[in-house]
Amino acid sequence: MIHFENVTKRYPGGYEGLSNANFHVTPGEMVFLTGHSGAGKSTLLRLIGLLERCTRGQVLVGGRNLAKVKRRHIPYHRREVGMIFQDHRLLHDRTVFDNVAMPLVVAGLRHQEIGRRVHASLDKVGLLSKERAYPVTLSGGEQQRVGIARAVVSKPPVVLADEPTGNLDPELSQEIMDLFCQFNQVGVTLLIATHDLDLVSRMGKRILTLSHGRLKRDVAGRAS
Amino acid sequence: MKLGRSHLRIDTWVLRHLQVALSSLGRLYRTPLATLMTAAVIGIALALPTGMHVALSNIQQLAGGWDGAATLSLFLKQEVDEKQIIKLTNKLGAHPKLAEVQLINPDIALEEFQRLSGFKGALKALDRNPLPTVLIIEPLQQYSTPEAAEELMTEFNRLAEVDFTQLDLQWVRRFHAITEIARRGVMVIGILLGLAVLLIVGNTIRLEIQNRKSEIEITKLIGGTDAFIRRPFLYNGLWYGLSGGILAWLLVSISLWMLNGPIERLAGLYRSEFDLSAIDFYTLSILLLGSALLGLFGSWIAVGRHLSDIEPS
Ligand SMILES: Nc1ncnc2c1ncn2[C@@H]1O[C@H](COP(=O)(O)OP(=O)(O)OP(=O)(O)O)[C@@H](O)[C@H]1O
Ligand SMILES: [Mg+2]
Repeated sequence: MIHFENVTKRYPGGYEGLSNANFHVTPGEMVFLTGHSGAGKSTLLRLIGLLERCTRGQVLVGGRNLAKVKRRHIPYHRREVGMIFQDHRLLHDRTVFDNVAMPLVVAGLRHQEIGRRVHASLDKVGLLSKERAYPVTLSGGEQQRVGIARAVVSKPPVVLADEPTGNLDPELSQEIMDLFCQFNQVGVTLLIATHDLDLVSRMGKRILTLSHGRLKRDVAGRAS
Repeated sequence: MKLGRSHLRIDTWVLRHLQVALSSLGRLYRTPLATLMTAAVIGIALALPTGMHVALSNIQQLAGGWDGAATLSLFLKQEVDEKQIIKLTNKLGAHPKLAEVQLINPDIALEEFQRLSGFKGALKALDRNPLPTVLIIEPLQQYSTPEAAEELMTEFNRLAEVDFTQLDLQWVRRFHAITEIARRGVMVIGILLGLAVLLIVGNTIRLEIQNRKSEIEITKLIGGTDAFIRRPFLYNGLWYGLSGGILAWLLVSISLWMLNGPIERLAGLYRSEFDLSAIDFYTLSILLLGSALLGLFGSWIAVGRHLSDIEPS
């Protein structure tokens, strides 16, 4: 599903955020990405979502060579890659419902269809009762779940999460991870960057470890 | 997998545009003061050339009543006899460019002159009438311009019966020259202020883009196309322009209404019946359509310059 072949990302100024990375993620896999701060985790995820383009090598997502995706086609690529951020990136002047509906609105779905899917997605993250609320009135964990609902509402085959539990207590973090496992069980490919090594080891999934832009370790998950 | 826009049904497309147009209108409505200020600046900028254009149209309309001034007097040769005069009068009467031909009989003219001047005795001493036969000719309205009237003059000068033709064009020519300059002036001012409107709308939209930066970033993150992100800003520009146009219309109409009383009184002093005419339908359509397009175009420029600067990170 996701192939990295000799991928290097050099930032303006010459610093290599990612150096010669090679790995691939099969469809339906759930993979954790760890490493020290500045190791290149966000860089790697940004390459998959086409927030950046690699300097050398090839990134393939779903068989698509991202180097060949023209600028005007990037939005259509992003519709197939759900992205979740530590700072949620919600719109604070819109309700929970409207935030979650955004990916469907930009894709031009019909009104009734949008309502149906948003409700299903909010139901999955347990926030159906908050659909009329504004994000500022929600707790950090709830805001993160709104972000997750938005990332999965259009049923993308790939979901990326960059430190989704960064600000949450262990219990909430575990809840979020359970949610990801549920998505994974229905076939979504997940790539989750996190510092929380305890949580990662408990999950028993495949772990990619980065250090100074290089892929240092690739530990296979326990068969579950 | 191929990337690209999925095919939307046309009714869905129309519905989406309608939604964006209305929500953009709603957004402007929720910040009435800021919207009104922008619309007022645009309105004043557009009211100036519109008002001048309307004033000029009124002046030209007023001058329409003087177009008879482009009158030609054909002085006929002494040897031309009665029969030839009647033939010439009929011929000119059928001329396609002329509105009216009036024959001034020298005998009647002389009598009138005697009566009015009091030189009765002195004129009696003349053995024959010294006055020539004169044909007063009034061209049709569209041939009353200096150029056309002059052409007619050369044409008539070539007639065998005509001694010479007189055409007093001086002030007609001056008047046309002045209105021509004024018309150009209005056009130049219109273009300059149109550019000003572009800048006003462009700057307003630029600020809106800055204010909604995070919204734009997030929309790009979740797969919003440039067209999708652009659309609400374009509609904003359109609404700004159109509301400015409507305001300009109101400003000009109110000014005309306020001027109408004094002008009627002035016209009364000159025993003239002159009514200020308001903005006609054609001018109004141009004003509203033009203002909306200026708004749209101004916002298009701003969006083109500033939207691509905003990329999510
Ligand atoms: N836009 C940029 N321009 C220049 N250098 C950058 C840019 N973004 C990231 N870097 C550098 O690339 C390296 C990797 O950054 P990245 O954000 O991928 O790290 P990370 O593993 O996500 O770290 P953290 O855990 O702190 O989020 C860092 O040293 C960072 O300074
Ligand atoms: Mg990071």
